Amino acid sequence: MRKRIPIYVVAVAAVCVLLGPVAHPPGEPEAVRAFGRLPVLAEGRIKPLDSVARSTLLVIQGRQRVMTPDNAELTPDEWLLDVLFVPERADTYRVFVVDNPDLLSLIGKSDESLAIRYQGAAKQAMALVGFLPSRQRRMSFDEVAPYLAQIEAQEKLAEPVEAQARTRFQSAVIQLYGSLARYVRLRRCLEPEGTRDFLGELLRLQETLADGVEAVRAKEAGRPHDEARAAAVIAEGQRFIGMSETTDILAIPPEDAGADPSAWNNAGQALLETFGQGYVNPSVLAYAGMGYAWRNNEPEKFAQIVKIYGSTLERRFGRQLRKARVEALFNAAEPFYAGMLIYLAAFLCAVLSWLRWPGPARAAAWGLVALGWAVATAGIATRMWLEGRPPVTNLYSSALFIGWGSVALCLVLEAAYRNAIGTAAAGLIGFATLVIAHYLALTGDTLEMMRAVLDSNFWLATHVVVVTTGYASTFLAGILASIYIFRGVFTRTLDKATADALARMVYGIVCFATLFSFVGTTLGGIWADQSWGRFWGWDPKENGALIIVIWNALILHARWGGLVRQRGLMCLAVFGNIVTSWSWFGTNMLGIGLHSYGFTEAAFWWLSVFVASQLALIGVASLPLGRWRSFRA
Amino acid sequence: MPPAARLIRDLLVSLRLTVVLLALSIVLVFWATLDQVHLGVWAVQQKFFHSVFVFERLGEMRVPVYPGGYLIGGLLLANLVCAHAYRFRRGWAKAGIWTAHAGLILLLVGELVSGLVQQDFQMRLDQGGTRNYSESTLYNELAVTDATDPKFDEVVAIPESVIADGATVQDPRLPFKMVPRGYYPNSALQLRSQAPGAPQSPATQGMGPQVVATPLEVTYRQDERNTPTAYVELVGPEGSLGVWTVSTLLGNPQRFDYAGRSWKMVMRPQRHYEPYSLTLEKFTHDIYPGTDIPRNFSSRVRINPPGGGEGREALIYMNNPLRYGGLTYYQAGYENNDTTTILQVVRNPSWLAPYVACSAIALGLAIQFLIHLAAFVRARMRP
Repeated sequence: MRKRIPIYVVAVAAVCVLLGPVAHPPGEPEAVRAFGRLPVLAEGRIKPLDSVARSTLLVIQGRQRVMTPDNAELTPDEWLLDVLFVPERADTYRVFVVDNPDLLSLIGKSDESLAIRYQGAAKQAMALVGFLPSRQRRMSFDEVAPYLAQIEAQEKLAEPVEAQARTRFQSAVIQLYGSLARYVRLRRCLEPEGTRDFLGELLRLQETLADGVEAVRAKEAGRPHDEARAAAVIAEGQRFIGMSETTDILAIPPEDAGADPSAWNNAGQALLETFGQGYVNPSVLAYAGMGYAWRNNEPEKFAQIVKIYGSTLERRFGRQLRKARVEALFNAAEPFYAGMLIYLAAFLCAVLSWLRWPGPARAAAWGLVALGWAVATAGIATRMWLEGRPPVTNLYSSALFIGWGSVALCLVLEAAYRNAIGTAAAGLIGFATLVIAHYLALTGDTLEMMRAVLDSNFWLATHVVVVTTGYASTFLAGILASIYIFRGVFTRTLDKATADALARMVYGIVCFATLFSFVGTTLGGIWADQSWGRFWGWDPKENGALIIVIWNALILHARWGGLVRQRGLMCLAVFGNIVTSWSWFGTNMLGIGLHSYGFTEAAFWWLSVFVASQLALIGVASLPLGRWRSFRA
Repeated sequence: MPPAARLIRDLLVSLRLTVVLLALSIVLVFWATLDQVHLGVWAVQQKFFHSVFVFERLGEMRVPVYPGGYLIGGLLLANLVCAHAYRFRRGWAKAGIWTAHAGLILLLVGELVSGLVQQDFQMRLDQGGTRNYSESTLYNELAVTDATDPKFDEVVAIPESVIADGATVQDPRLPFKMVPRGYYPNSALQLRSQAPGAPQSPATQGMGPQVVATPLEVTYRQDERNTPTAYVELVGPEGSLGVWTVSTLLGNPQRFDYAGRSWKMVMRPQRHYEPYSLTLEKFTHDIYPGTDIPRNFSSRVRINPPGGGEGREALIYMNNPLRYGGLTYYQAGYENNDTTTILQVVRNPSWLAPYVACSAIALGLAIQFLIHLAAFVRARMRP
């Protein structure tokens, strides 16, 4: 029986992962899901509406779930439907995060006026220590709308200030303004402002189109005409122009299936063509029909229209539709969220194996890491297929890949040593990198298009992958060293054999890291020479990578020269964590150089905390060996 | 061997020295990265890497506070060469280490050379326009042209640094001396009519009396350029001809006649002439549909070889520069509503060194890693 426990644990986890896309989100009607799979062209690529909904929600409110005022939970697709077709309802949902106190006072709120009063002592205590929010963080569009003019004025003042020189208030007001603008653009993507029955309007337009256009022509030519008709057509045209100017989502596919993505139109442009071609674009009509059914709560009609529209697209855009479907499924499956939980469980099992039940807990940890890694592999492979790119294309995917590479190395280590150290390190790094990736995803679409200078699959596949593997292995050496220090100082579990094994592992991984970080960095130099005519430019990101190479070389030379022994090696490897995190994130925070991605304040705070924690760990390791619990006589 | 020599030898071949130098270089690179926020990348290179010592201003004095790139790199090089000469033993066990370190020596030397000889310029080309020179992004010159003959220009170019020094310039091709009377390394210009209270300008000739120059803080930012202004007095054999204001902000050359010839004078970015010229046939700037994310920039240029004759066409785009005449042209930017392309022009004769060096190092590290891996696997296979 005891032998089977690990198998049961892994099997339960696997079933949970597989059920994810089916069970979550709970109770979403199939028609709504089918709507989420419809393709649009946004941010330069064709993607499902589901992705538009999710990335918008992540940017404006930091999470995908939406709560209505009467505490019902909406899926991203349901929220998007309300935004598109029943905006007055969507305007009441609290989806705009406002944290900055000055910004709160700008919109007439304060910490007190937003405080949440919990019933019961337990909840109050949890709110006090920060496990429950102590105040409402999110505002609805209706709550913010009266202050739009002030927000816009403040944004205009803050916008010219350089990103790294902005105050917290300035950054916050720019962020809020951006979120509001994004929301408004989305609201006008399929229907104009203030309409309640767009389908009816379009059908009437269709009927009177010929006469109306004739009246306008006559008016322009100075001939006698029906003034009211002409005015109605001109007013309609003005609304369509308004729509086409305010949205950035191209929802209307071209009539033929030509591969040229620039032929996609936004709804406003497509409607303007009505007057020339004499009929309303059928895709716009289909969306207006869905809007009508959704607004009037007629689920059968809604399902029917979505189905018919989907099948007309199927004939022309089979390939794009297939991709959009896979992407929507990928969104719902949330493989990296599942991976995060599995890695955490694996880490706990591995620790358990050192303290108690070495056999079953170690086997369970091994199985869970393998499962988590398989899930992450599937997720990364899907992203690569969707994007048609090598695995690392931005900061977000570098976090995924660093985790993936480290865990792969850990699996090799565990296969060789079988002491649960590899699985513990895998669980820790896998979990941490996926948490980092989660926060990096808050900046928007993570499958974004590549800027011209980065548009080279060859170099992305070589330089970026190799240098990221170098980062991953340097981190891994640091994590293994932390395990050594933790177990040695705080527990009695670090016996001689384990300590020697860990020392060999760290040394081997540092050798591996030296090779990969060096080759990756020089490949970057060669890319720079190919594209900018210079091998080395002392750009911050290049310097960061160089420091990693030199640091690894320093560790190896210090060990060969006998300057450090086991404990010194561990301290140097832990410092490698600081060096690598600086290169990965710190250099981006300087806000200069060809490689930088922009300054993020929260990230800076976390980086400082991480550096402090690593320094503290080195301090702990420097305690005299007599104070280490494992080495005490 | 005398004890002192032995001490020096032991120091030079020691791994302790290697570790210390590596640690020093990490601090140097890190410090230089932080300083880029204030100084910009070019000034940082001069201060930290292309120097024996890093100097900091302490009150009025410039004090060496830290070893610079040349010192650390030079000592590393000495350490590397000495250690390998001293410990050299034949055999395969260290083959990887030897290869990697030989590559490292080449890399250090190559970067030293390119740091000394690499030059950077920019070429701005309008649609349909042709140019046979590129311009420095950092340095300016005062160009005085004898434009009497419409078919032929005789140009005397005086580097900005000479004007900054305030030294009088006497050139055999010019019938007058040039005496700098004032110099602002960075400045703003205004029309005098728009600045009523401004003090009297020292300038008496050309555009000078009509403009007001105000000194500005020198900028080191990568996206900005200093715009110097100087007052230059021209002195002929029979006395002063007057004082001119020259500035890179004054676009067109100022003309005057003297000694029966007509002259043009202009402060402009330093030029680097080539025996051939480039013509911009078409600049293209693609974006992803529905966004403003750039997808591609490219410049189709025609290379007109020296002495006329049939040129050839080349397409310069991201990650695909043109190498011609010992120079590398790559797409750096655009302006004027996509009708002007900006090409970065780099001359680096030692560009091949890092390729060879890096291949050697990567090969060496890979060999060494595989040797270790094989030993490890063999040890584990043993029962």
